[in-house]
Amino acid sequence: MEKLIEVKNLTKVYEEGDSKTFAVDDISLTIDRGEFVSIVGPSGSGKSTLMHILGCLDRPTSGKYFFNGKEINSYSDEELAKIRNKEIGFVFQAFNLLPRLSVMENVMMPLVYAGIPESKRLTQCERAVDLVGLHDREKYQTAKLSGGQKQRVAIARAIVNEPAIIFADEPTGNLDSKSGAVVLEFLQKLNKEGHTIVIVTHETYVAESARRIISIKDGKIESDMKVEHQRIVSKDALIK
Amino acid sequence: MKTKDTLKIAVEGLTTHKSRTMLTILGIVIGIASIMLVMSIGQSAQNLILGQIQSFGPTLVSVHPGRRPQSLAGFTGVLFNDSLKQRDVDTLAQKTNVPDAVRIAPYVFTSTPVSFGSESYTTFVMGSSQDVFNSFHLDVAQGVALTDSDVASRSSVAVIGQKLANELFGANNPIGQNIKVKNKNFRVIGVLAPKGQMVSLNWDEIVLTPYSSLQQYVLGIHYFNEISVEASSLATVPTVIADITRVLRQNHNITDPTKDDFYIQTQEDAANTVSSITDILTLLLTSVAAISLVVGGIGIMNIMLVSVTERTREIGLRKSLGATDKNILVQFLTEAIMLTLAGGIIGIILGTSLGLAITYMIDKFGGLSFPYSFSLSGAILGVIVSSVIGLAFGIFPARQASQKSPIEALRYE
Ligand SMILES: Nc1ncnc2c1ncn2[C@@H]1O[C@H](COP(=O)(O)OP(=O)(O)OP(=O)(O)O)[C@@H](O)[C@H]1O
Ligand SMILES: [Mg+2]
Repeated sequence: MEKLIEVKNLTKVYEEGDSKTFAVDDISLTIDRGEFVSIVGPSGSGKSTLMHILGCLDRPTSGKYFFNGKEINSYSDEELAKIRNKEIGFVFQAFNLLPRLSVMENVMMPLVYAGIPESKRLTQCERAVDLVGLHDREKYQTAKLSGGQKQRVAIARAIVNEPAIIFADEPTGNLDSKSGAVVLEFLQKLNKEGHTIVIVTHETYVAESARRIISIKDGKIESDMKVEHQRIVSKDALIK
Repeated sequence: MKTKDTLKIAVEGLTTHKSRTMLTILGIVIGIASIMLVMSIGQSAQNLILGQIQSFGPTLVSVHPGRRPQSLAGFTGVLFNDSLKQRDVDTLAQKTNVPDAVRIAPYVFTSTPVSFGSESYTTFVMGSSQDVFNSFHLDVAQGVALTDSDVASRSSVAVIGQKLANELFGANNPIGQNIKVKNKNFRVIGVLAPKGQMVSLNWDEIVLTPYSSLQQYVLGIHYFNEISVEASSLATVPTVIADITRVLRQNHNITDPTKDDFYIQTQEDAANTVSSITDILTLLLTSVAAISLVVGGIGIMNIMLVSVTERTREIGLRKSLGATDKNILVQFLTEAIMLTLAGGIIGIILGTSLGLAITYMIDKFGGLSFPYSFSLSGAILGVIVSSVIGLAFGIFPARQASQKSPIEALRYE
């Protein structure tokens, strides 16, 4: 399998006054193209911090990060912005949609920064919105959507650029189990189509939807296992 | 990222808080409107005065006694300097001395009470030769004009302005009546046709007498306040000036040009003087207006900083989706410039409307022909200045926005 992500001795230290927090403490790991990984661990164990670094939203204090075989630390802020734009899709725990804008406008944002021509943008957007089943909500202000719909908009935005990897931080955290199932089903579908997926979660049943589980404690990897029986999210759980 | 998208996002940003946006640009609107107003009114005033000076005729050259005044106050020195005498007028009048001069006319003037019976009026009294009627295109509506024989015989006669005639005589016929000019009797022989104001001179209120009579009976002097020389054409003006200078230096035994006790002014000089005075006034008032622009700019900066803070999460999100520092910088700068530019354009429209209203009022109620002149330079300046203010006061907040790290910004509550 082709390596997509490789980190070596990754460390992120936060200094707050006298105390030092090793949010990520000497982590080394590899994620191949096409994998579906879930990161689990207690609150404050450093999952989000790790994910932000992997998602090129943050820089590590020390250690090496190779994305697609290239060392990230050598990139300028501008080049990182380009990688975030083209290679990475991020689904935030708190949705992070712009409430005044419509579904389409929110989903379109990565394409705007990619400088893609308007006509092409629309078709790409429509495809992503269709995929998450929000065709009839295209023109809605996202402020007026339900929690599950917002989460699906966030996913549409993450996949609209056809990124190599999608990171989803607690993608089901804000949702009831039915809406959560809808989201998980999408992620599994995307993974089947070849997208690499990394999710952070608290819940076991969510973690087991992936094919590999990495547990983290105090910034260190505690275990890293393949899932014997991937939990296929049933279609019956879907709500429309 | 495409420019169109930047503009679209900026418009979205600005229209979120419409009333705040409006209030923010008010300072710029007022500043630009005042600049527009000052510059166009200044321009109108300047055009008015210059137009009148031009109407004196560009071939007129005037010789004044004393040193060339360096300041406005210096002009009063002209009235008390006695260097220009009858002999100077006579020598200048000799064709061989100043061959290109077609007319030589000496003047004395004073401002003094003029009365008839119980009616008294302080006004401008000008002693001249008959040439004044040709030089200034004056028409006599009633009676006759002054003649050179009136000058030669020092007759106590006067031609008076239309308005003065009304003030002193009402409906009665002024011709043949004696008016008192500083207690000396002058017989009214003519009334001028209405002519109106010319720079500082109101022909409708003037008293014209032979210069010799005014010198002897009223002023008790033997010198002139001005000698007016008309050149044969615009081309001969420089030669005429050179000739006059030579003749007068000879008459006054002056060898060192820095010791000249007279100076020569063309209509162009006069126009330049007026222009420079109105220019200085306009500049002064414009700078006062500019202060409000600075205040407006600080208001813009303040609101932009607030906006950057409010939209920290939005900035973080945009960056996490691929916006570069430059994208964010340009976006906030665009917002700032759009704000100030909109303020500038509204200001130009407001300033123009106010200018039109004011000139209309002056025209209608001030009895002065005062056409509005749109100050194109004011408008261009307004557009440039407002954009520059947006740039100058927007750059700091925009930089603050662009330098936020995506994850820090997203974490902002
Ligand atoms: N910006 C920061 N400044 C200082 N300390 C931080 C910062 N961000 C995270 N930390 C600390 O780093 C540690 C890991 O935080 P992180 O958010 O990665 O945890 P997490 O595993 O995602 O927890 P949760 O499951 O609750 O989301 C925590 O102890 C947190 O207090
Ligand atoms: Mg977290």
